[in-house]
Amino acid sequence: MIPEIGHYALVLALLLAVVQSVMPLVGAARRDVAWMETGRMAAFAQLAAIAISFAALMQAHVVSDFSVLNVVNNSHSLKPMLYKVAGVWGNHEGSMLLWVFMLALFGAAVAGFGRNIPPTLKARVLGVQGLIGVGFLLFILLTSNPFARILPAPLDGNDLNPLLQDPGLAFHPPFLYMGYVGFSVAFSFAVGALIEGRVDPAWGRWVRPWTLLAWTSLTMGIAMGSWWAYYELGWGGWWMWDPVENASLMPWLAGTALLHSAIVVEKRDALKTWTILLAILTFSLSLLGTFLVRSGVLTSVHAFAVDPQRGVAVLGLLILATGGGLLLFALRAHALKIGGLFAPLSREGALVLNNLLLSVSAAVVLIGTLMPLLLDAFGHKISVGAPYYNFITPFLTIPLILVMALGPFMPWKRADLPGVLSRLWVVALLTLVSVMLALWLAGVKPVMALVGIAMAAWAGFGALWEVADRVKLFRVPLRDSLSRAKGLPLGAWGTAVAHAGMGIAIAGMVGTTFWLAEDVRVMKLGDKASIAGYELVLDRVEDLNIANYRTEMGHFSVSRDGAPVARMKAERRWYPVAKMQTTEAAIHTTFYSDLYVVLGEESGAGGGWVVRLYHHPLVPWIWIGSLIMVLGGCLSLSDRRLRVGVPARRTAPVAPALQPAE
Amino acid sequence: MREWLGRLSLPSSPRKRGPSISGVSRDMTHIGADRASRWVPAFAGMTVVKAVAVFTFIAVLSLPALAVMPDEKLSDPALEARAREISKELRCLVCQNQSIDDSNADLARDLRVLVRERLVAGDSNDQVLNYVHDRYGDFVLLRPPVTGYTALLWGGPFVLLALAGIGTALYMRQRRRDVETMPAPALTADEEARLADLLNEDKPGDGR
Repeated sequence: MIPEIGHYALVLALLLAVVQSVMPLVGAARRDVAWMETGRMAAFAQLAAIAISFAALMQAHVVSDFSVLNVVNNSHSLKPMLYKVAGVWGNHEGSMLLWVFMLALFGAAVAGFGRNIPPTLKARVLGVQGLIGVGFLLFILLTSNPFARILPAPLDGNDLNPLLQDPGLAFHPPFLYMGYVGFSVAFSFAVGALIEGRVDPAWGRWVRPWTLLAWTSLTMGIAMGSWWAYYELGWGGWWMWDPVENASLMPWLAGTALLHSAIVVEKRDALKTWTILLAILTFSLSLLGTFLVRSGVLTSVHAFAVDPQRGVAVLGLLILATGGGLLLFALRAHALKIGGLFAPLSREGALVLNNLLLSVSAAVVLIGTLMPLLLDAFGHKISVGAPYYNFITPFLTIPLILVMALGPFMPWKRADLPGVLSRLWVVALLTLVSVMLALWLAGVKPVMALVGIAMAAWAGFGALWEVADRVKLFRVPLRDSLSRAKGLPLGAWGTAVAHAGMGIAIAGMVGTTFWLAEDVRVMKLGDKASIAGYELVLDRVEDLNIANYRTEMGHFSVSRDGAPVARMKAERRWYPVAKMQTTEAAIHTTFYSDLYVVLGEESGAGGGWVVRLYHHPLVPWIWIGSLIMVLGGCLSLSDRRLRVGVPARRTAPVAPALQPAE
Repeated sequence: MREWLGRLSLPSSPRKRGPSISGVSRDMTHIGADRASRWVPAFAGMTVVKAVAVFTFIAVLSLPALAVMPDEKLSDPALEARAREISKELRCLVCQNQSIDDSNADLARDLRVLVRERLVAGDSNDQVLNYVHDRYGDFVLLRPPVTGYTALLWGGPFVLLALAGIGTALYMRQRRRDVETMPAPALTADEEARLADLLNEDKPGDGR
C-alpha cells in the first residue's frame, strides 16, 4: 500500500510540476498576479508530493519490503540500518528520485526566500524550474519507476554493492546532487532574464547565493567522493580521472567560473551576456554528468543500471534543456545592454582571465572524457587517462593560481601592476621559504613538486595576506586591525578562506602525488616492515563474521623510533550475497601524512599475507583544504548583503553604466 | 592548535577508531553478527536472474585494486622504479580506466611481468612502451599517441586557450570603441532635475 502511495504522489508531483511551469510563465507574460502566485503554491505542493514519495521509498527500504523490486535488487535483510536508509539512493531509481527531490527543494526555496525578486522574474524562474521537473519526473515514471512490485516476493534481497556499503554513501550523493541540481536555479535565472530581456547588477546579486550554495555543496560532494575512493578502493588513489569523476568536475569548473563572473555582474554591471551563457552551460554540464553516469555509456560503480533506453531519455532531456537555453540565448542575448568598462589590468580583468582559464579547463575535461566515446563510434579505441591530464592541466592551473592570489589585490576598473606586486612581496617571500623548506625536506627532484608547492604557498599565503592587507595588519595598532577585521564583510572573508583552502588542498595533492612512498611484501605473523620511518609488526590475523559479510582482519602495531604510535586494523571482506570482495584499508593519520596499510590475500607457500604499505605525505590536506573551501562558501553565503538590502530594481543603476575606465 | 588541526584531518582516523560516522556503522554491524554464519542463498532460483547478472558484472569490474605483487618485483630498485613508471602509462585492458599499476586483473599482471622482462632485457622506457603499443594498439596507452585522430585531444586545449584569449582581447577592444562612440544615454527625469539644480547653483549671484 505504501509504495502505491509513493507512486501516486510521484504522479501528482508531475501534474503539479506542469502547473508550476505553465501558470507562472503565462502569468508573467500577461502580468497576471494570480497566475504567477499559483506557480509559487505549486512549487510548495510539488515539494510535499515528492517528499511523500521519497519517504515511501525509504519506508520500503527500511522495513525491507521485498515485494518492491528496487528493494530486492539493492538490499538485504541483514544489511546494516545505515545502508538500508542510504541505500535508497544507492541505486538508479532511488538516486533519480533524490535528484527530483533536490530540484523541488530548490524550487520551493526560490518560491519561499526570493522575496526581493521582482514578481515576473520570479514567476519565470519558477516556471523554468517546473519545466525541468516535468522532464525528470516523466523520465522516472516512464523508465525508472522505483515502486515497481515483484510477484511472488522473494524471501530476501540481492544486497547492495559492497563498495557502496560505506558511511560515504550517506553523504556523498546528497551533497553532489545538491550541487548538480543547485545549478538549475542559476539556469532558470538565466533563462528568466533572457525572457525578460534584462540583466542588471541586482540580477547578479539574486543569482549569486544560489550559485554559491550549489558550488559549496558540489565542492563538498566531490571532496567526499574523493576521500571515499581514497580509503575504500585500497591503494590510496584520491582522483583517478575516471569519466564519472570528470562528470562532476566539469560542472564544478564551470560553476566556479560562474560564481566569479556573477560578481562582476553584481559589482560592475559587466560580463552580463557571458554570465548568462555560463549559467546555461554550467547546468548543461550537470545534466551531461547525469547522462554520462546514468546512461551506461560508462561502466563504473556509479552506473547502477545499464539501460540504453534510459540513456536516450536523459540525452533527450539534456538536448532539450541545453538546446532550448542556447536557442533562447541566441535570440535574446543582443537585448542585454553593454555594461561598465574596465581596463585589462583590473579586478574585472583578473576575473575575466579566471573565467577564461576555468572554462578552457572544463572544455579540456569535456574533450578528454568524450573523445574516447566519439572515436569509439568510428572504430578507434583510445584511452585518455591520468598521464594526459597530468600533462595538460599545469598549463591551465599554474596561471589560474597565479591570478587567484593577484586578483583580490586589484582594484576595480583599473589597477597598476607594480603597485599590486609591491603589496605582494610578503607572499612572494613566504612562497620562497616554502619552496626552500620542501627542497630541504624532499630534495630537488621531482622539480614539478617544487613548482606545485610554490603554487600552493602562493595561493594560500596570498589569500591570508589579502585579509592582513585589508585590515592593515602591522601597519596600524593591532586593536585597530581587529576592529577592521570585524568590519570586513563576510563575503570578503569567504573569498579569502576559500582561496586559502584551495592552496592547502593543492599542497596535499602535490605531496601525495610526488612524495608517495610505497612497499608491497609478504608478511608472516610477527614479521616487521618499515616505511618512511615507521615500523610495523603484523601481530595477528583473525576471521570474523559480521552482519552481511565475513572479514579477515589483520592487526598491526606501529612504532616510530622504538616508541609505539598506533595499532592498525586492515580488513579483507567477503560479501557472500553480492559475491564480492572488498578491502578496508587501515589508515593512521597525522596532520602531515597518512600511513596506509592494506591486507591482501594469503600467500600460498609458507603462509603469510601480501601486505601493501603506503606513506602519503600531506594527503589529509586535500580534504582539510576542501573543507576550508566549503567553509569559505558558507561564510560568503551568510553575508547579509546576499540576503537583505537588495537595491530596488527600478532605481537608476548603482554605478553609472557607461563610465569610462579612465 | 596542532591537535585541533590534527582532529580536522580526521578523514581517516575516526573511520578506524573514532566515535563518529563509522562508529555508527560499526555499532550497527552487531545486529546480524550471529546470523551471518547461517547464510541462506535466498536469492537462488529467483526471477531476477538478470539483475543478479548485472550485479555480478559490476562486481567483477570493481574488484579492489591490489596491483603489484611481491613476487613480481625486480631486485634492482632502479629498474623496478622504471617499471612502476611505465606501468602507470599502460591501461589494464579489461578494467575500467585503471592502469596496470593499479589493477589486480590477471591481464594487468601479465603486462606488468612483460614490462619487467623487457626492462631486464635492456629496453629503454620508450622501447618498452612501443613494444606493448605494437601488440595491443592505441587502447593500451593512457597517454594517447599524437595522431590525426587525437589532434583535437592534444591540440584542442591550446587552440581553445589561444582562441579564447584572442577573442576576449578583441571583444574588449571592440567594446571600448563601441562605448566611446555611443551617444550618452538620455537622462532620467530625476537626473534632469538634479542637473537643473546644479546648474542653478553655479549661477553667480543666485541667492543660495
